[in-house]
Amino acid sequence: MIQHLTFLPVLLPMLAGVILLLPPFGSKTASRRITSVLLGTVSFLVSLALLLKVQTEGTQVYAVGDWSAPFGIVLVADPFSILLVCLTTLLGVVCVLYASAGDDEKGSFFHPLVHFLVLGVNGAFLTGDAFNLFVFFEVLLIASYALLMHGGDKTNTRAALHYVILNLVGSAIFLIALGILYGVLGTLNMADMAQKVALLQGDNVFLVKIGGLLLLVVFALKGALLPLHLWLPNTYATAMPVVAALFAIMTKVGVYSMMRVYTLIFGEEAGELSHMAQSWLWWLALATIAMGAMGVLASKDLRKLTANLVIVSVGTLVALAAVQSVEASSAAIYYLVHSTLVTAALFLLADLIGRQRGVASDRIAAGPPLYQPKLLGVCFLIAAIAVIGMPPLSGFIGKVWLLKATLNAEYTFVFWPLYLLASLAILMGMSKAGSTVFWHHHDKITEGAKQECVHPAQLVALVILISGAPLMSIFAGPLSEYATGAAAQLHDFNNNINVILSGGQ
Amino acid sequence: MELLYASCVGLLVACGVFLILRARTFTVVLGLTMLSYAVNLFLFSSGRLSLNQAAVLGYSSGYADPLPQALVLTAIVIGFAMTAFVVILAIRGRADLGSDHVDGSVKDKNEKVKV
Repeated sequence: MIQHLTFLPVLLPMLAGVILLLPPFGSKTASRRITSVLLGTVSFLVSLALLLKVQTEGTQVYAVGDWSAPFGIVLVADPFSILLVCLTTLLGVVCVLYASAGDDEKGSFFHPLVHFLVLGVNGAFLTGDAFNLFVFFEVLLIASYALLMHGGDKTNTRAALHYVILNLVGSAIFLIALGILYGVLGTLNMADMAQKVALLQGDNVFLVKIGGLLLLVVFALKGALLPLHLWLPNTYATAMPVVAALFAIMTKVGVYSMMRVYTLIFGEEAGELSHMAQSWLWWLALATIAMGAMGVLASKDLRKLTANLVIVSVGTLVALAAVQSVEASSAAIYYLVHSTLVTAALFLLADLIGRQRGVASDRIAAGPPLYQPKLLGVCFLIAAIAVIGMPPLSGFIGKVWLLKATLNAEYTFVFWPLYLLASLAILMGMSKAGSTVFWHHHDKITEGAKQECVHPAQLVALVILISGAPLMSIFAGPLSEYATGAAAQLHDFNNNINVILSGGQ
Repeated sequence: MELLYASCVGLLVACGVFLILRARTFTVVLGLTMLSYAVNLFLFSSGRLSLNQAAVLGYSSGYADPLPQALVLTAIVIGFAMTAFVVILAIRGRADLGSDHVDGSVKDKNEKVKV
């Protein structure tokens, strides 16, 4: 069993999804909720166990069906990927727990779909095969399509239609890119591709370049990078907030794939094609940050504001990925965990605040006062401080680290002012939103608001996410060490190739 | 054979892109289907076009690469599921939004925008 541990983060959510579809859990709400939370926790614990194993024994390579690389599909659990797997499973448990307070009954099959989404995301993080990456992308996408429609209304249908069509076009481009790359390189194993790219000559260089840049289009679409980010605010703001919180990890899948592909395959050792995407990524990332910051200032409700914060975080991560140094990548890893937790928490908070304000919902305008202003206010304050990047919470550490990491980058004189101005914009947006929602009210508390008292399950879920910010600040030492180690391994070309191609034994 | 094959793929992509850029969901769905046909053909050709070759690696000098065929099979299955989903979604959009326009409202030259 222990040698199959690497595969379990993919297998367990799938089993969980199937079990939850079976009769005893399909019909009874209470048992379905309990089983779903339990199975999610098991996946999380197994991911943690795998993380410990990777820490002690080094990168784990699992050859599916015992077909050794480069012929078979391999799953690679290195410190970076397994950290994100842990994050995903944790987010899965939290969302399932939160939805158990009642959101899961607004549509059908909420629990199985969440587990299928976690399956897809985990698979995308772990896989070492480019086509397998496509398959896991599709798995997570089809689960996300259904979750997006969960309990939705008219505006939701329109946003879902746009999202689905865009992603179907994205999948087609992904396949074309893979076809070109396979046609030239003759392999789909990422480590093997990296080796072959270095040896290319003549016209093949241009073909692979086309394939690689088409992949960039796909990842930019998934990650919501500037020209392809337009779908995100509407999609995230019209989805149910708990679903949007879960989606906080999905843009990170795009960013993660970018970091993998453009450091391993088209990185330092790629000969003529080394760093080919860097110049694109850098400027697009800066534009994304600017666009997201403007969106934050212009947002009219809390959910849209949070969606724009997601765009800013994507821009920041991609800028760090474009620098392509160990330090920038380690800052990116820390920032990625931080931003995922805090944006997910903000989506859940927007939901809770919206419920207690009756007709005003989560709009940033004067409305009825909240029923539990202290509880929600403290949570909002912590999340806001973390997302703005003020001391002493994790956002500040992430911000200082990433500014330091970009100090020697080309064009850093553009990045620093832009990023700091964006932080200022976020500060202004968040303080305006917070003060309006919590202090600016005119009516009495409505009767409806009293019934929307925060459910214990919702509170636990929220506290788990919110506590991420102080915890990441208290344990910043070991976490930054871990992130540095993970980034060093991400950039260690020869080691990656050797481990992956000789692994599976 | 290569020329014919490549022009087929190119024509399908061109039609697909044209149809996807239309404003009605039905044509968009047709466009997506055409694009996925083109992609499947393209993926198939990435193992090189060859006639009467053994489909497995062996001691023969020439062989037909089996991997793209497996990839195409996967892509067809996934594409089929996705197309089915988008058709259902388009029907629901027609019911929910009262129009089959992708934005849910129709812009007319003489009329103001209906939301």
